Amino acid sequence: MNQLRRNFLKLSGAAGTVVLALCAGLIKTGEALAATWNKAGFESKAVADALKSLGAANPAESKDIVITAPDIAENGAVVPIAVTSKIPNTQSISIIAEKNPFPLTSTFDVANGGEGYVSIRIKIGQTSNVRAIVKADGRFYTAAKEVKVTIGGCG
Amino acid sequence: MSEIRSSIAAIALACVSAMAFAQGSAGDPLAVGRQMLAEDNPGELWVDRGKMLFYQKRGPKNASLEKCDFGLGPGKLEGAFAQLPRFFADTDKVQDVESRLVTCMVELQGLNHEEIVRNRFSTLDRTSEVEALATFVASRSNGMKMDVRLSNHQEREMYKAGEYIFHRRNGPTDFACITCHGDDGKRIRLQDLPNMKDPKQMQAVVSGWPAYLGTKSTVLTMQSRLYECVWQMRLPDLGYVSDMSIALTTYLNYQGNGAVIRVPGVRR
Amino acid sequence: MADPMKIRATLQGDAADIRILMLHPMETGQRKDPKGEIVPMHFIQSVVVTHNGKTVLDAQWSQAISRNPFLGLRVQGAKTGDKISVTWTDNKGDKRADEAVVAAPS
Repeated sequence: MNQLRRNFLKLSGAAGTVVLALCAGLIKTGEALAATWNKAGFESKAVADALKSLGAANPAESKDIVITAPDIAENGAVVPIAVTSKIPNTQSISIIAEKNPFPLTSTFDVANGGEGYVSIRIKIGQTSNVRAIVKADGRFYTAAKEVKVTIGGCG
Repeated sequence: MSEIRSSIAAIALACVSAMAFAQGSAGDPLAVGRQMLAEDNPGELWVDRGKMLFYQKRGPKNASLEKCDFGLGPGKLEGAFAQLPRFFADTDKVQDVESRLVTCMVELQGLNHEEIVRNRFSTLDRTSEVEALATFVASRSNGMKMDVRLSNHQEREMYKAGEYIFHRRNGPTDFACITCHGDDGKRIRLQDLPNMKDPKQMQAVVSGWPAYLGTKSTVLTMQSRLYECVWQMRLPDLGYVSDMSIALTTYLNYQGNGAVIRVPGVRR
Repeated sequence: MADPMKIRATLQGDAADIRILMLHPMETGQRKDPKGEIVPMHFIQSVVVTHNGKTVLDAQWSQAISRNPFLGLRVQGAKTGDKISVTWTDNKGDKRADEAVVAAPS
């Protein structure tokens, strides 16, 4: 199996949605490879269902996942979240806002030197645990941090 | 009416709880979030867009804004924003960056004045060009100190008018600007209210506008900020680039002289 | 054609620190416009970042990512002059691709 196809398989995650037939022969150097969008996961209303869609039904709590986020977010529409995974061979990071109507916000697959680190901004509807799910060496780990959301005032 | 009562109640409550909260500011729980947002500010994209619009040939006269004079001569952008508002002989008016842009967009490019004013503030459904242009022009004074000179009669008149307006109680709430912005530690819910009698806090205010607002998903300018304040006071709409808005801006910017300009800022 | 992104890529040690600002409404499909009509869902679903042609990050996003999104990431084994390219694709099929070069620390 050539290296490019191996990388694509690495990037596809455990969701089992690798569409090998589609991509066989189409993979070229430098072409953007996009993982199939996890519709079931993004449309899950329960955290448990979102975890299942990632193949991460029972992730182990890990102190090697650091979530950098404000204790109190001034504006729930723009909450900065950074996740650093110190777990070796990190393959992917998913970010869940537990109290959101659709908890799964994003999944980041890393490869080819991409570090287990990602920084984004998400919408949080109400004070909630923000949970990171890390996949490393085929196993799943998790950590969470509570982010309070305030109501502002003038302007 | 009940809207006014409930917001007054909220303010009263905020003032009472502000004391307790202000004391806990050593470990400001809002600081982490603000810092993360400031480090990578979406407002920077407005500088890029403003630059593109500035040099683009537009309007019936098919001209760019390169000949626009912001006070230091046509096309001289470096440091111009730092000295605004100032008097312009060609319009016989004291003007801020936005009113000057409107002048140039109409005179140099032939664009429609009414349309520019109608689209002056971006919303989620409509983008304002003058906002991006103001952000670009202001960014060309980054790293320089606010330096409003009041070097002639009209500028001094505007300053005095602005000072008067800032302190004058008005409207159904009987507030003046200074009612909310005249003391330390004031807050509306969890929104800090800068004390504009404190030169340091004033500097922090004027050096950060235009600013990207997270709640509005766009860069907004001082004109917009003042519009919102006047609206909050339940007064009639502040006219875009009106004498009142320029008077207030002249007063505020002069009070903030010495501030190192760093735009766009980032706000909630 | 969508508005350009702003990409900053700086070498920190032997890793590239990459910061990307994008312009996108990231509409959830729940908001009503001033006329009272629902603004349809319109959001970036995929972001792919490559380093010298190799994919280093492949992201799937939902509508829960904030408007005018930011993405920060790091790539090991980078050198100044390396090419970083970023491509986003949204649910309407719109795309935007931009490039930057890894710069020395200032």
